[in-house]
Amino acid sequence: MAETEATPPTSSSPGWLARALDSDIWYSFCRSPLTIASAVLTLLFFLGAAFAPLIAPFNPFDLASIDIMDASLPPFWQDGGDGRFWLGTDDQGRDMWSTIIFGARVSLFVGFASVIFSIIMGVGLGLISGYVGGRLDALIMRIADIQLSFPAILIALLIDGVARSVLPRAMHEELAFYVLIFAIGISGWVQYARTVRGSTLVEKNKEYVQAARVIGIGPTVILLRHILPNVMGPVLVIATIHLAIAIITEATLSFLGVGVPPTTPSLGTLIRVGNDFLFSGEWWITIFPGIALVLLVLAINLLGDWLRDALNPKLR
Amino acid sequence: MITFILQRILQSILVMLTVALIAFGLFRYVGDPINNMVGQDTTIEERVELRERLGLNDAFLVQFGRFAANAAKGEFGYSYQHRRPVSDLIAERLPATLELSLISAILALVVGIPMGVYTAIRRNGALSHTFMTLSLIGISLPTFLIGILLILFFGVILRWLPTFGRGDVVEIGWWTTGFLTSSGLKSLIMPAITLALFQMTLIMRLVRAEMLEVLRTDFVKFGRARGLPDRYVHFVTALKNTLVPVITITGLQLGSIIAFAIITESVFQWPGMGLLFIQAIGEVDIPVMAAYLVLIAFFFVVINLIVDVLYYVVDPRLRVDRADSGGH
Amino acid sequence: MSLLDIKDMRVEFPSRRGHVVAVHSLTLNVEPGEILGVVGESGAGKSTIGNAVIGLLEPPGEMTAGEVYLKGERIDTLDDAEKRRIRGARIGMIFQDPLTSLDPLQTIERQLVDTIQMHLDMDQTKARARAVELLDAVGIPDPDVRIEQYPHQFSGGMRQRVVIALALCADPELIIADEPTTALDVSVQAQILDLMKGLCRDRNVGMILITHDMGVIAETADRVCVMYRGRVMETGKTEQIMGTPNHDYTKSLISAVPRPERRLHRFPLVTYIEDATELGDSFDLSTHWLGQSREYEGEGGDLLQADNLHMRFVTRHSFFAKHRLYLDAVDDVSFKIKTGEVFGLVGESGSGKSTVARMITGIYTPTGGTIRFAGTDLTALKTRKEAAPWRRQMQMIFQDPFSSLNGRMRVRDIIAEPIYFHNMASSKEEAIQIVHDLLEVVGLGAAAAQKFPHEFSGGQRQRISIARALATRPRFLLCDEPTSALDVSIQAQVLNLLKDLQQELGLTMLFISHDLPVIRQICDRVGVMRHGKLLEVAEAEALFEDPQHDYTKHLLDLMPKFVGFRELTV
Repeated sequence: MAETEATPPTSSSPGWLARALDSDIWYSFCRSPLTIASAVLTLLFFLGAAFAPLIAPFNPFDLASIDIMDASLPPFWQDGGDGRFWLGTDDQGRDMWSTIIFGARVSLFVGFASVIFSIIMGVGLGLISGYVGGRLDALIMRIADIQLSFPAILIALLIDGVARSVLPRAMHEELAFYVLIFAIGISGWVQYARTVRGSTLVEKNKEYVQAARVIGIGPTVILLRHILPNVMGPVLVIATIHLAIAIITEATLSFLGVGVPPTTPSLGTLIRVGNDFLFSGEWWITIFPGIALVLLVLAINLLGDWLRDALNPKLR
Repeated sequence: MITFILQRILQSILVMLTVALIAFGLFRYVGDPINNMVGQDTTIEERVELRERLGLNDAFLVQFGRFAANAAKGEFGYSYQHRRPVSDLIAERLPATLELSLISAILALVVGIPMGVYTAIRRNGALSHTFMTLSLIGISLPTFLIGILLILFFGVILRWLPTFGRGDVVEIGWWTTGFLTSSGLKSLIMPAITLALFQMTLIMRLVRAEMLEVLRTDFVKFGRARGLPDRYVHFVTALKNTLVPVITITGLQLGSIIAFAIITESVFQWPGMGLLFIQAIGEVDIPVMAAYLVLIAFFFVVINLIVDVLYYVVDPRLRVDRADSGGH
Repeated sequence: MSLLDIKDMRVEFPSRRGHVVAVHSLTLNVEPGEILGVVGESGAGKSTIGNAVIGLLEPPGEMTAGEVYLKGERIDTLDDAEKRRIRGARIGMIFQDPLTSLDPLQTIERQLVDTIQMHLDMDQTKARARAVELLDAVGIPDPDVRIEQYPHQFSGGMRQRVVIALALCADPELIIADEPTTALDVSVQAQILDLMKGLCRDRNVGMILITHDMGVIAETADRVCVMYRGRVMETGKTEQIMGTPNHDYTKSLISAVPRPERRLHRFPLVTYIEDATELGDSFDLSTHWLGQSREYEGEGGDLLQADNLHMRFVTRHSFFAKHRLYLDAVDDVSFKIKTGEVFGLVGESGSGKSTVARMITGIYTPTGGTIRFAGTDLTALKTRKEAAPWRRQMQMIFQDPFSSLNGRMRVRDIIAEPIYFHNMASSKEEAIQIVHDLLEVVGLGAAAAQKFPHEFSGGQRQRISIARALATRPRFLLCDEPTSALDVSIQAQVLNLLKDLQQELGLTMLFISHDLPVIRQICDRVGVMRHGKLLEVAEAEALFEDPQHDYTKHLLDLMPKFVGFRELTV
C-alpha cells in the first residue's frame, strides 16, 4: 500500500519483518535455548506429520508390506533386533518408527482441528457475551459454569458415548474423526469464552471503542476490527497450551478405546495396544509411542509457557 | 450470611436440574429404552405394555419430574448391562473412588501449595527452576502414561507394588475400605500418585502465578517500605491474599479429581465408579451413564458450596458488603 | 549536618538497549521539620529518588554511584537486614494510591499493631493504644471503633490518612511522600496536605514531597528541587523558585501552569521542551478541505439544546425491582450551547459531566430528556443510519491518550476510518491525502501516518486524537478532560492547538474538565455540576469573579492560589 501513495512519507516505519526481529518477543526467544529447542522439536513434529509418507521407511497401513514373521521384534540394539526396524515391530509386524510417525500425524491433526473448533466457538461466544452483556451474557456464562463442573475428558467421553449409540456402527467408524474433533473441541471452548469475555469487557470501555462509536460505526465492525485484534493475545497463549491438552485428551480417549478408529492409530491407540504386551516384556511397543507423545506435548507446553511470559509485560 | 448461602444453594439446585435434564435427555432419547431393556423375543404387545407401565408415553415434563424425583432419591433404574439397580452398582463402587480421590486430593494440596509458594518466593533460585521444569513435564505426561510407567517400573520390573485392583478391603456397614489392610494401602499408592500428579502440578503453577501477582501489588511494596520483614510479607500478607483466588480454582480442580479418576481406574483396574462408567460407555449402558453424570455434578456442587463458604470466611470484603446491602 | 544528605546519586536501569540513567548525579539535603518538594514532569526520575533512598528500587534498577547519609550515617551501603530496620523506623514512605496501599484482608488494627511491634518494643495492649493514638492524630473520627474495620470500609481520603498513620508508626525522622494526593479529589487533597504539613511541624519530621503539581508545591513545600530528565535543574526556597526562577526549564514549567486569576489570550509558549509545534502557517484553512466545515456558518443561534437530561445506571442487578440499586448519574440537566462558543462543564469526579458528553454523542442512550442538535431531536432518531449525518457533525476527544487509539492500527488507518465510514473521500488516494493534511495541521507531519500509536508520546497521541476528530469535518467538538493525563507543558501546547482550531474552523465546543484554571482559559460560558445536577451556568469571567452557588464558591476556594513567575505572559 505504501508504494501507491501520492506523497511518500519522508521517514517510514520499518516493515513487519524488521519490527518482528526487533521486538521484545523475538529477543526473549533468542535468549532462551530451551524455547528454541522446543520450537525446533515442534517444527520437526509438524514436518514429520506433513510429510509422513515420504519420511517413514514403511507404510504401516499397507498390508502387503507387513509380514507377520517380523512380529514383536525388539529395537535393533537388543538381541534379536533387526536393522530394518530401528525401534522394533509390534505384534503384527509393523515397524514401530513408521507407526509412530503416522500416529503423531493423526494426533496432531485431531489436536489442531479441535483447537480451531474451540477457538471459533469460544472467541465468538466470548465476544458476544462481553459486548452485548445482559441476559445473553448471563445465559452463556451459566452454560460455561455448568460445563466447567465436568472435566473435558468426561464431556468428550459422553459425547463419544452418545454418538456411539445414536450412529449405526458402520457410520460410526466413518465419522469417528469428526465426532472426536467435535467432542474435544466442544469440551475446550469455555476457557476461550471466559478469557475473551473478560478482555472484551475491559476493551469495550476503552476510549478507542467509544471513539469508534462516536464516528457511528456499528457493533459488528467494532467487534471484528477493533476489539478482536486486541483480545487475541491471551487467546494465542491459551491455544498453544490447549493444543497440548487436546493432544493429551485425544491420546487418553484413544487409550480408553473410544477415540480414533484402530485402522488409523494415533499415539494414544499405539500405547493402548502396547499396554497389553507390557507384562510379557515387549515394552517397546508402548514405551516408544509414549516417549513420542511426551516429547510432542512437552515441546508445545514449553512454547506456550514461554509465550505466556513473553506476552505478559509485568513479568519482565 | 444466611441469605448468601441460601442464594448459593438455589444456584446449586439450578445446576443440578440442568444436569438432570441432560441426563434425562440421554436416558430418554438416546436409543430406545425399551429395546435396551428387553430381549429379542419380547412381543410388540409386551413392549407397548412396558412402555405404558414405565410412563414413557406421558408428557415430557411429567417424565422429567419423575426422573428428577427418583434421582433425588438415588434411583436411576436398572443397568441394561448388569440387569441390577444402578443405585446398587454405584453404592458398591463409590467407596473405592472416594478413597482414591481423597488421598489424591490431599497429596496434591499438601505438595502442590508449598511448592507453588516456594517457587514464587525464590523466583530465580535453582530449586525453583527445577520445580518449574518438573511441573512442565508433569503436565505434559498424560495420566494414563504415568500409570503405565509406574506399573512398568514398580510392578513389572521391581515387583514392589500390586499393579491392579484394590487389594483386601474391610467392610464397615455398606462401606468398604482399603485403608485398614496392608495390601489395600499398598494397592492405593500407585493409583493415588498417578491421579494426584497432574492436579499437583496445576495447583503448584496456579499458586505460583497468583502469589507473584500479589507480590507485585502496592500493599506488599508498602509493607516492605514500612520495614516488615520478608517472612511477614510473604507468609502473612501475600499468602492470605493469594489464597482468595486459589481457593476457587483449587475447589474446581479437586472436584474434577473424582471424574479424572476414570483414567486412573481404567489403567489400574481400580473397581470404582470411573471404571463402571467407562464400561457403560463401551456397552451403551445409558442408565449408568446418566447416574454417573448426576453424581459427578452433585459432588461438584457440594464442593463449590464449601468453597463459597470458605471464600466468605477469608475475604472480609464479601462479608461486609453483603451485610451492608442486606440492611436496606 | 542535615537530616538527609544525598551526594552525587546516580541510578541506572539496565535494559537490552543500553542503560537508562533515571537519575544523574543528584545532590540534595533535607533538614528536620522541613518539607522539600521534588517537582518534575513524567520521566523526570523523581519517584526513583524515593525508592533509592529506602533501598527498594525495582529490579533491575541500581544505584551505581553516590552516597546517602541519614543524620551523618551512611545508609546506602548497609546490608538488606540493616536497611530494613531503617525502613519504617527512621524513614517512612507514603504512596500515591490509597486504594491499593493497604492489605485488603487484614484489619487496620492488625496492620498498625504489627508494624508498631516490628519496630518498637511494646506489648499488644500498648501497641494498640499507640495505634489508636496515631489514628486520632491523622484525623480519623472514632479511632477506637474504626481501628477494627477493614480498608474497604474507608473512603479514599480516609485510607490515605491510615497510610500516613502507618508511615508514622515508629516515629520516623524522615517521610518520603510520593504523589500523596494525586489520586484524590481537590477538596480531600487540601485536607491531606494540611495534615501532612501539621505533622511535619509538630513532630519535627523532615519530608520529601514528590509531585508533578506546581500548586501542591507552592502550598506545601519550604524548599523546591526542580527535576527534568533525571537532572536537578535548580533548587531553592519555594518563593524564590516560584517568583524568580533562574533556569529556563523552571521558567517554562511555571509559566505553562494555567492561571486561575486571569484569562489570557493563549497559553504561554513553552520553549524548553521539544515536540512543540504550533498550528502551521502553511495552511490557509479557509480554502482547505477542512475549511469546508464552515459551510454551516451564519446559522447562528443555539447549536445544541439539552432539556431535562436524565441518566440512570443500575448499580446492583436483582431479579426483584425493589432490590435493585440505581445511580442517577445525570439528573434533570438542561443547557444550551450557542453556535461558535466554547461551553465548559466543570465538576469533581462522579459529578456526571462525562456522562453528559457521552449522551450527546450517542454512546449512552439517555433514560430521559431530549437533545436537539441544529434543530433535530437526536433522541428521536431510531437507527444508526438515520443518526449518521448528525454523528458526522459532532466528534469527541477523550481523556486517556493511551487507550483512545487502537494500538493494533496504524495512525493512517485510525484517522482514515471516519473518512471511509462517512464517504468523505472519492478515492483512496484522496483519503490518504486528507490524512496527511490533518497530521500537518495538528503539527505531527505526514510521516506519522505510517507509524503505530505506541511510537508516540502522550501529547502526540492526543494530537492524533484531534486529527481523527477533525477527519469528519465536524462543526461540534466535545472534549472530555483532553489534557488531564498530560504534563503541564504538553497541556499548554494541546490547549493552544485546540483554541487555534476552534477559531480557525469556527467550531462549537463542549469542554469538560475538573481543572478550574484550564476552564477559565478556554471557555466562554461554564456550567458547574455536582452529583448529577447542573448547579449554575454563567459567563466564564462572571463565574470566576462573582460565583453565585455555594458549591461554586467552595470549588473556587479550593483552587490553588498559585501566582508564580509570569515572564512569558503575553
